[in-house]
Amino acid sequence: MSTEQTSENLVGRGNKEGAALFREWFSELHETAHQGGPAAYVFVMGSMNEVLKTFDLPVVFPEISSLQTAVRHSAHELLEVAEDYGYSPDICGYVKADVAVQIRGGKHPMGDLPKPALSVLTNACNTYIKWAEIWERMYGTPMVTIDIPGTREGGGQTWSGNSDFEADRKYVEVQIRELIETCEEVTGTKFDIDKFRETLGHANTMTRSWKRLLELNAARPSVFNALTDGTVYLGVANGFRGTEAGARYFERLVEEMEYKVANGIGQSIEEKYRLIFVGVPCYPIFRRFNELFTEWGGTFVSSTYLWFASGGFNRGFEYDLDDPIASMAEGSLISVRDGMDSMFHQDRVAMDMIDELGVDGVVYHPIKSCRTVSTGLADGRRHLTEETGISSLFIESDMMDRRVVSEAQMKNRIDAFFEGLASRRKLALAGQGG
Amino acid sequence: MAYGAGVDVGSTQTKAIILDEDANIVGRALTDTGANVIEAAENAYRVALEQSGISADEVEYVIGTGYGRYRVTFGDAQVTEISCHGRGAVHLFPNTRTVVDMGGQDTKAISVSPDGEIVDFCMNDKCAAGTGRFLGAAAAALDIPLDDLGPVSLTGTKPIKISTTCTVFAESEVLAWIGKGKKIEDILWGVHQSIATRSVGLMRRVGIEDEITFTGGVSRNAGMVKALEERLGHKLNISDDCHYMGAVGAAMFALDNIKAGRVPVAGG
Repeated sequence: MSTEQTSENLVGRGNKEGAALFREWFSELHETAHQGGPAAYVFVMGSMNEVLKTFDLPVVFPEISSLQTAVRHSAHELLEVAEDYGYSPDICGYVKADVAVQIRGGKHPMGDLPKPALSVLTNACNTYIKWAEIWERMYGTPMVTIDIPGTREGGGQTWSGNSDFEADRKYVEVQIRELIETCEEVTGTKFDIDKFRETLGHANTMTRSWKRLLELNAARPSVFNALTDGTVYLGVANGFRGTEAGARYFERLVEEMEYKVANGIGQSIEEKYRLIFVGVPCYPIFRRFNELFTEWGGTFVSSTYLWFASGGFNRGFEYDLDDPIASMAEGSLISVRDGMDSMFHQDRVAMDMIDELGVDGVVYHPIKSCRTVSTGLADGRRHLTEETGISSLFIESDMMDRRVVSEAQMKNRIDAFFEGLASRRKLALAGQGG
Repeated sequence: MAYGAGVDVGSTQTKAIILDEDANIVGRALTDTGANVIEAAENAYRVALEQSGISADEVEYVIGTGYGRYRVTFGDAQVTEISCHGRGAVHLFPNTRTVVDMGGQDTKAISVSPDGEIVDFCMNDKCAAGTGRFLGAAAAALDIPLDDLGPVSLTGTKPIKISTTCTVFAESEVLAWIGKGKKIEDILWGVHQSIATRSVGLMRRVGIEDEITFTGGVSRNAGMVKALEERLGHKLNISDDCHYMGAVGAAMFALDNIKAGRVPVAGG
């Protein structure tokens, strides 16, 4: 890096550049919407963006565009539009916000979204399939479902060389080849394997950086907020996967965080309690939700969200560029499985993080809109408590629907959680004669 | 003599407690919260001071708790009612390991360690089913004073199963049973059992360990005590002070801070 490393030009750079990339991304989508080119709709757990970028397809991540409507305080209007159209209040808020955007002709607070020319989904979330069927009915959009066989035992990955794994890898590879054929049909462009190698190379840089980023937050004080900053990083990790811009962004982000670690520069508050977050953020009051913790000196050093919503890139799998399609199948199998297990076996993820990151407490945030990610959190929490005795908090709200977000109730619980952490620390100090 | 005070501004009632430095209750007050929360806190504190015969200057530390804790404008710090009910229960019943607090709009289950630390807690979410408000709805439907609900329910012999979990719908369900000719005492006994079932569900989420202390305004209701004890198969710790438990706990934290002579660790 040629630029001199100073706090002034490094600290906060990742958030600024992430925001700029977001604007660039949605601007490209806006242009596509008006120029009429094809765009693909994909999801965070197994986006297959490496294939799509090989065809220069603009991608819409409806999960990301929907959460943006909540952060920008317009989700409630969209939810009402979808509910008036006939969707139940009880289903996924992301789906309903997207349906409303489609009903409104693609109008989105960040710019217009193009219609899907193709949708690509995995089975990592059961809603993905029903969601893509909505576009199929609305527009006749072809769906490509990549069926990723789950781990044979809960949380137990198998690896290359294992006979089950090899069978599964071949099964996924055939599906990726089918996706490539569909992309050729949709774009009218022949698949270019060298360009594919290039996108995989960029994806490797991003995966390596993602893993490093998560490791760097073991520093005391932690260098980024897993909830707020982490969501920016996640957006870039998904939207720009397999691109030169994405690779460059993450190299520079790691540079920033390494600088912060080396210079003991933490988050913007004094870190008193290191926390991990389990679940999906509360986007309708995104900043305020975080403040309810930072007011007590609580910082989020990691989250299961950074694992599963990155599609399992935390696993750090890097593609073999000499055998790109087979390697993409292997990587998808490993990473998407890891993403699924990070949701369903969050207790194991949390246990790993507690050891590696020196965590004081665990915050569980089950949400009304998403049973896939919320089911089992209460049991997981009980198991974690039995195994580790760590303090934890269980607060329920939603990632989209402000009607079920009660800040007063959340604050009461969060305050009590910190009172307990303070009391526990005081007793521990007294026990040490401190 | 140093004094500490706790003022618990709840959704329905405001309680104030003054403790001497040996943690004896020297003054108490109970008022309706009403719409003016600041005034409610001031009134309750004033009445407690009058009862104790000491002046405000003699009280070295005041802690506000309850939903209106940040409106206790004369308070030195705030602590949630979750911590305060746990602390108060352990003070009055030192072997307490589980607390069930039933108030106007929420019910809490609190798990306490042997050294009085809050281990876990659980509350009803976004719904007043299983709280004092549920009883209030039944009382309104039956036109019975709240204080009579418990005694009347205890005369019931054939409890009616109340299936609704919604406080708003509870009233119409109660009226429907009246329409079917069921006895008021049997309906009420059913209402109490329904609330007890929901509350025990909450308690199971934090783990039920003996001894169990019942706190909050509804702890004065003998019917609810019986319904909970039957459902739990455990005797509950109860005293006249249980209604004031949040304020007792807050006053205990105030004494801690007086003794420590510093800004509270638990203060918000």
